[in-house]
Amino acid sequence: MSRLEMRAIEKGFSGVPILRKVDLTVEGGEVHALLGENGAGKSTLMKTLTGIYRADSGEILLDGVPQNFHSILDSRKAGINIIHQELNLFSNLSIEENLLIGYEQPFRTAVGWIRSRKLREQTRELLQLVGLSRSPETPVSELGIGERQLVEIAKALQSDVRFLIMDEPTAALTDQETRRLFQMIDDLKRRGVGIIYISHRLEELFAIADRVTVLRDGMTVGTYCMREVEEDVLVERMVGRSVENRYPRSESQPGDVILELDHIQTRRLHKPISLTVRTGEIVGIGGMMGAGRTEVARAIAGIDRLLGGTMRLKGQSVQFRSPREALEHGVALVTEDRKDDGLILPFAVRLNLALPTLAERQRLGFVEQQRERAFAEEWIRRLSIRVQDADQPVVNLSGGNQQKVVFAKWLAQDPQLLVLDEPTRGVDVGAKHDIYQLMNEMKARGKGILMISSDLPELLGMSDRVYVMRDGAVVGQLMGSNMDQEVFMALVARSQEVES
Amino acid sequence: MSWFRRYRLGPLLGLVLLVLILSITSQQFLTVSNLLDVLLQTSVNALLAIGMTFVILTAGIDLSVGSTLALTSALAAEWMVGGTNPWLAGIAALCIGGVAGAFNGVLVAYARLAPFIVTLGTMTLFRGLTEIYTNGQPIFNLPNSFNGLGNGSILKIPVPVWITIVMFFIAWAVLSRTVAGRRIYAIGGNEKVAYLAGVRAKRYLVAVYVVSGILAALAGLILTSRLATAEPTAGNGYELDAITAVVLGGTSLFGGEGTLVGTIIGALILGVIDNGLNLLNVSSFYQDAVKGLVILIAIMLDRKKSDGR
Repeated sequence: MSRLEMRAIEKGFSGVPILRKVDLTVEGGEVHALLGENGAGKSTLMKTLTGIYRADSGEILLDGVPQNFHSILDSRKAGINIIHQELNLFSNLSIEENLLIGYEQPFRTAVGWIRSRKLREQTRELLQLVGLSRSPETPVSELGIGERQLVEIAKALQSDVRFLIMDEPTAALTDQETRRLFQMIDDLKRRGVGIIYISHRLEELFAIADRVTVLRDGMTVGTYCMREVEEDVLVERMVGRSVENRYPRSESQPGDVILELDHIQTRRLHKPISLTVRTGEIVGIGGMMGAGRTEVARAIAGIDRLLGGTMRLKGQSVQFRSPREALEHGVALVTEDRKDDGLILPFAVRLNLALPTLAERQRLGFVEQQRERAFAEEWIRRLSIRVQDADQPVVNLSGGNQQKVVFAKWLAQDPQLLVLDEPTRGVDVGAKHDIYQLMNEMKARGKGILMISSDLPELLGMSDRVYVMRDGAVVGQLMGSNMDQEVFMALVARSQEVES
Repeated sequence: MSWFRRYRLGPLLGLVLLVLILSITSQQFLTVSNLLDVLLQTSVNALLAIGMTFVILTAGIDLSVGSTLALTSALAAEWMVGGTNPWLAGIAALCIGGVAGAFNGVLVAYARLAPFIVTLGTMTLFRGLTEIYTNGQPIFNLPNSFNGLGNGSILKIPVPVWITIVMFFIAWAVLSRTVAGRRIYAIGGNEKVAYLAGVRAKRYLVAVYVVSGILAALAGLILTSRLATAEPTAGNGYELDAITAVVLGGTSLFGGEGTLVGTIIGALILGVIDNGLNLLNVSSFYQDAVKGLVILIAIMLDRKKSDGR
């Protein structure tokens, strides 16, 4: 069995230490989880391991032999491969073309032509190995995210891989796809491949990982056997303090109906949707990806226009033609993809925070700079967003802090109804907790919250009621004693049986 | 070095360097009359570049400014020759420039066409309209009262320079100090985020092309007055000089990043190079090559700096 060791790795950027003496040992044939909050140094450590960065000090040993990786090609040659969180596939190319890129050598003739038949055969074999029943010529753009993940794995398997790093592989997968992935991981394990598995979903680590190394502030806190460690202990090690209750739902007495969807339809929602949200209530929407959850959010927030049915806000019928009109009525949407839809990444935190409420701090059309700065600093403090100053570009913040900026920018609007689409995706435990507290705070102040989430424990843990969606329709509602994983899964799964 | 990067001093440094080199190599360069001449020569391009900055900040481009300039000049000149009051003709020309810009803007914002293609089309269209209108002939015999716009001076400083300074300050204030300016940057940074934040992105997109069109018309009036002629070929290729000035000034062609101060410095760099090469008696064949090289060097220096984070 092979063995990978990273010893006393140190790495800093322009004088700021990111990794301060990190140790990590991974055996072949084990799934080794890497756990830590955003900014703890996981990505930097993996980039150091794969030769994208060079460590300032410390050493990397493979089977006891010191390695010196200058690029990702070096580490790949040594048998270490990485699947990034943002899948690095060319969606305009086919599966086989994607497999070819970066691995051209065996498939090129002396003059540089591509041996297409050989490529196709090998692609077919690899696809079979990862269990993806697609033709090699299929354009990647036609694949779902789960399928793309499998293509990435196939790509990694092309070279003789001994250690495979997976960064948040399930972040965008459905439960079914996740199970498929876990089978794949088991196969790899049996073949003696060591897997470094990065994920924020603790439940998942207990299901798949053998050992876990916890990082905090660029240091190794410890390595534990998954079978012998408690979830709370891991969270405490990772956050550095004990987190009492991971889903701190507050009890409250819901008031009047604030939002009522009465058989609404849009060009993306073909089946009529009805639901209600009351003041002082967190209502969840669960279901598989593609079940129509985001489409409901789009309709409420004025992105998609209503083609049928009625939407009532505090009993009054409304028709939003744009997000602007929704905002004017106190309806704000925290979008699913903060990098594309939530933030202007290169812009300063202050500018991002100020954008929806610019008009509130102006005189004769001029921005009141000092008020804006005070405004930004106040929100940074209220949500304890970790930044150097208000002028730091958001692109440099960790995922959790970026998400807090998105939240702050909408909270500053003081919305009556807040629609959240995957509010904690890719956010670490500490920041998650802060976000839950914010939701509770809003709830206590009599706001309505509609939360879409694929994170089942979160959905059931934070919501007062949950609507379950499937195939573009609401198929059930969970409340009270009904709020249970099994009831939920039964509602979601029924469709799959019918389909298959 | 962070303040250097923060305030993007690269272009300014380049300008200072050029001025130093020319001050040493040419005795005529560092004289009041020559420097005023540089400013005068730069003013037309600077006006176009100010409008272009608005457009490029939204991740757009306006290739039609040269043709808009020609079209509006021809119309104004013909009206003046026909006896219309120069002020009235001028204001009408500015309005036509605005309409031409609105045409671009509507196609970009509402028909969702690529700015490059739209303005490539209108560039040719407006030029064609100019040629039809003028029958390909220059228009002379403009009224004397129109002479002052391009050739007059106030406090020894040429009128076009005054106009450029005023326009610069207005545009600078709008872009860097107003809510509208913020929104223009936001649209360029990420149009979807801006839209979701309640910004009427389409209206702003139309507006930036209108600004560009109006400034093109203003530049056209100045040019026509200076030459006392409206040429149907006027402004040919000016769009590229304007874009060059904007890019030299550090504005990103992908939108959302850049300053008007940078644009003015960019325009001045181009003006100083032209002036300097003339003073040094460099043949016109070499002038373009040298200019091209200086632009490439400037952009490379700037790129290095912005990547160094």
